Amino acid sequence: MTEAPSVAVAMSGGVDSSTVAALLHKRGTRVIGFTMQLWDQRRLPQVAGEGATGRCCSLDDVYDARRVADQLGIPYYVVNFEAEFEERVVKPFVAEYLAGRTPIPCTLCNNHVKFRSFLEMAKGVGAEWIATGHYARIRYDGAAGRRQLLRAVDRSKDQTYFLFGLTQEQLAQTMFPLGELTKTQVRELARQLGLSVAEKDESQEICFIPNGDYAAFLEAYFQDQGAPLGRTRGEIVTADGRVLGEHAGVHRFTIGQRKGLGVAVGEPLYVITTDPGAQRVVVGAEKQLFRDRLFAHSMNWVSIDPPEAPLRAEVKIRNKHEAAPATVFPTGSPERVEIRFDEPQRAVTPGQAAVLYDGDLVLGGGWIE
Amino acid sequence: MNRRYFDHNATTPVSPVVLDVYMQALQRMYGNASSIHRTGQEARQALEQARRQVASYLSCEPKEVIFTSGGTEADNLAVFGVVRASRKPRRRVITTAIEHPAVLNACMQLEREDVEVLYVPPGGDGVVDPEAIRRCINADTVLISVMHANNEVGTIQPVAEIAGMAREHGIPFHSDGVQAAGKIPVQAGVDLYAVSAHKLYAPKGVGALRVRNGVALQPLMFGGRHEQGRRPGTENVPAALAFGAAVENISLERMDRVRRMRDRLESAILERVPGTRVNGAGAPRLPNTTNICFDGIGGEALVIALDLAGFAVSTGAACSSGAVAPSHVLTAMGLTARQARSSVRFSLGESNTEEDVDELVKAIVEAVERLRRVSPDWSPHD
Repeated sequence: MTEAPSVAVAMSGGVDSSTVAALLHKRGTRVIGFTMQLWDQRRLPQVAGEGATGRCCSLDDVYDARRVADQLGIPYYVVNFEAEFEERVVKPFVAEYLAGRTPIPCTLCNNHVKFRSFLEMAKGVGAEWIATGHYARIRYDGAAGRRQLLRAVDRSKDQTYFLFGLTQEQLAQTMFPLGELTKTQVRELARQLGLSVAEKDESQEICFIPNGDYAAFLEAYFQDQGAPLGRTRGEIVTADGRVLGEHAGVHRFTIGQRKGLGVAVGEPLYVITTDPGAQRVVVGAEKQLFRDRLFAHSMNWVSIDPPEAPLRAEVKIRNKHEAAPATVFPTGSPERVEIRFDEPQRAVTPGQAAVLYDGDLVLGGGWIE
Repeated sequence: MNRRYFDHNATTPVSPVVLDVYMQALQRMYGNASSIHRTGQEARQALEQARRQVASYLSCEPKEVIFTSGGTEADNLAVFGVVRASRKPRRRVITTAIEHPAVLNACMQLEREDVEVLYVPPGGDGVVDPEAIRRCINADTVLISVMHANNEVGTIQPVAEIAGMAREHGIPFHSDGVQAAGKIPVQAGVDLYAVSAHKLYAPKGVGALRVRNGVALQPLMFGGRHEQGRRPGTENVPAALAFGAAVENISLERMDRVRRMRDRLESAILERVPGTRVNGAGAPRLPNTTNICFDGIGGEALVIALDLAGFAVSTGAACSSGAVAPSHVLTAMGLTARQARSSVRFSLGESNTEEDVDELVKAIVEAVERLRRVSPDWSPHD
């Protein structure tokens, strides 16, 4: 087992990770392909929807990944991380929703499953590195003696918003071969390499909720756990306490949401905040959605040392958000910061991440309080 | 890379003797055994010769042998065949919690058909207590099904005793003999006994169910009158001939050599790798099987690490996608889900050599050390 260095590639069956495996293989690396089984779609058939096949962890994806591995002639294994995924991703996801926050399961999955459990297993079976199809770049800063995380060259595909939680140790053992490429180039490469998945569509939804109905998932999950959600109905109110109607559960609402409120008062109404304690959903005009500051906790300073003085940065508060200029103020703890935006930002949502950038460099990130 | 195979409970390579018989039959024995003409008659003769060979191996009459597509069909035919042939208004089946899915899932299907099924758990050593079976017997009991030897841990069940008990009560008794056949003497005193050819150095796609004369059996499939109307479908004569050659070639003396290699492997692992235990230790076990729990690592990862090093071993339970749920056998024996996930099955066979075993031990020592180095679950003081 003391041959050329080997790389474990996390293969989802999609075009990106398939191209990673093919590229590394072509470069002469010893590639070992893995598909992580994270969630059993058959477990909650009521929310599987018509997308149950052709989605993450479906047999179709395993079939596609295996076919690519066969094409390349590399060893390939399906590995089961369902227990870790449920414990470290699904349960926190559910708890966050019930607490009135809007969580990001992909970040939890990266932090705890892909770049922890999978990395451990890959090292255990003899791989030196792991590689994934994420659009991001890793650079070694010799002067600082540390690794840095950078946005992908293809800004429209950049996934660093979900990767801010990586540690130096994890970065040192990880490759993101697609970081320098555009999606168009990746597809073109996949075609040139003759990969069977070159034309495959991308999945958009959270992998374990293929039909995108989070509320139905939460309800089905609680049913599955033998503890159906109790009374969740409550009032829809304005900031000044006027009751406008009823809702079927705060977990069905997220800040900034406009559709599905079922109340009309002439002007368009948006969810301004939710209060799970009082089962209340507070609505108001769009201008009430804007905030110019937030606190973030559990900060991970991925590319720099924790700052001791205020710091200028562009801050992204959800995946589709255009990073906005702000000043970051340290608090007593390096794990908590206050962020003051130059301009108020729409729908600052607790549970989402605040990720700090300096141009392409990802400084760090944490969770919005 | 040189590959060394330690997964003979999953399947075996076809032996040269069997391959020779099979190839010749495939080339020459193309007749339909039901045809009137001599081409068909020759196929019929060959088929009956194979049936006599299998019957002789199972110590039964040739007409008690039904050829099937394999072990799963033989088990299904036994379980559904006997239960559906029963006219009792209420029906109970007694089986164990450690059966192969071919019996277990057939029983679960029977439950959906309003049959009561009791799954008797084994003791911590992986052996079912006959008294626990006896306590389940009532007037509604239409079938008792207990495997002869377990596929995952290799523990041998007291089927002779259970067979006697079933006979006393006039209840048909089935035993899944798929793993026992070829490794230990088969059980002749049962009403129904399932075997599979590909565990005996013969090709996949053929097996047999012994059905004692007088046991009522409803067929699973309906078609022509093959196999006395109990299993329709044009007989697979070349496979049956290969099966016949394979049972004739069985040698329990050669198994002694396998047992010595298994013991060598087992004691080397226990000695050289701390934090290891043999599942089912102390119980009577198949001579070729050892199932070992390695504290602090995933069995799945060890299987992959060993495969990458050129050794084929198994966790013992795999679902269709290739991913792993904790073994129902090990959890029924009282192992925690974590211990069950940390267990790996090594099943040896005639093609293995002592050198294979020594190389395997080296690879295990190296892989376990590396896996434990990165495992958050491992501390040597556990």
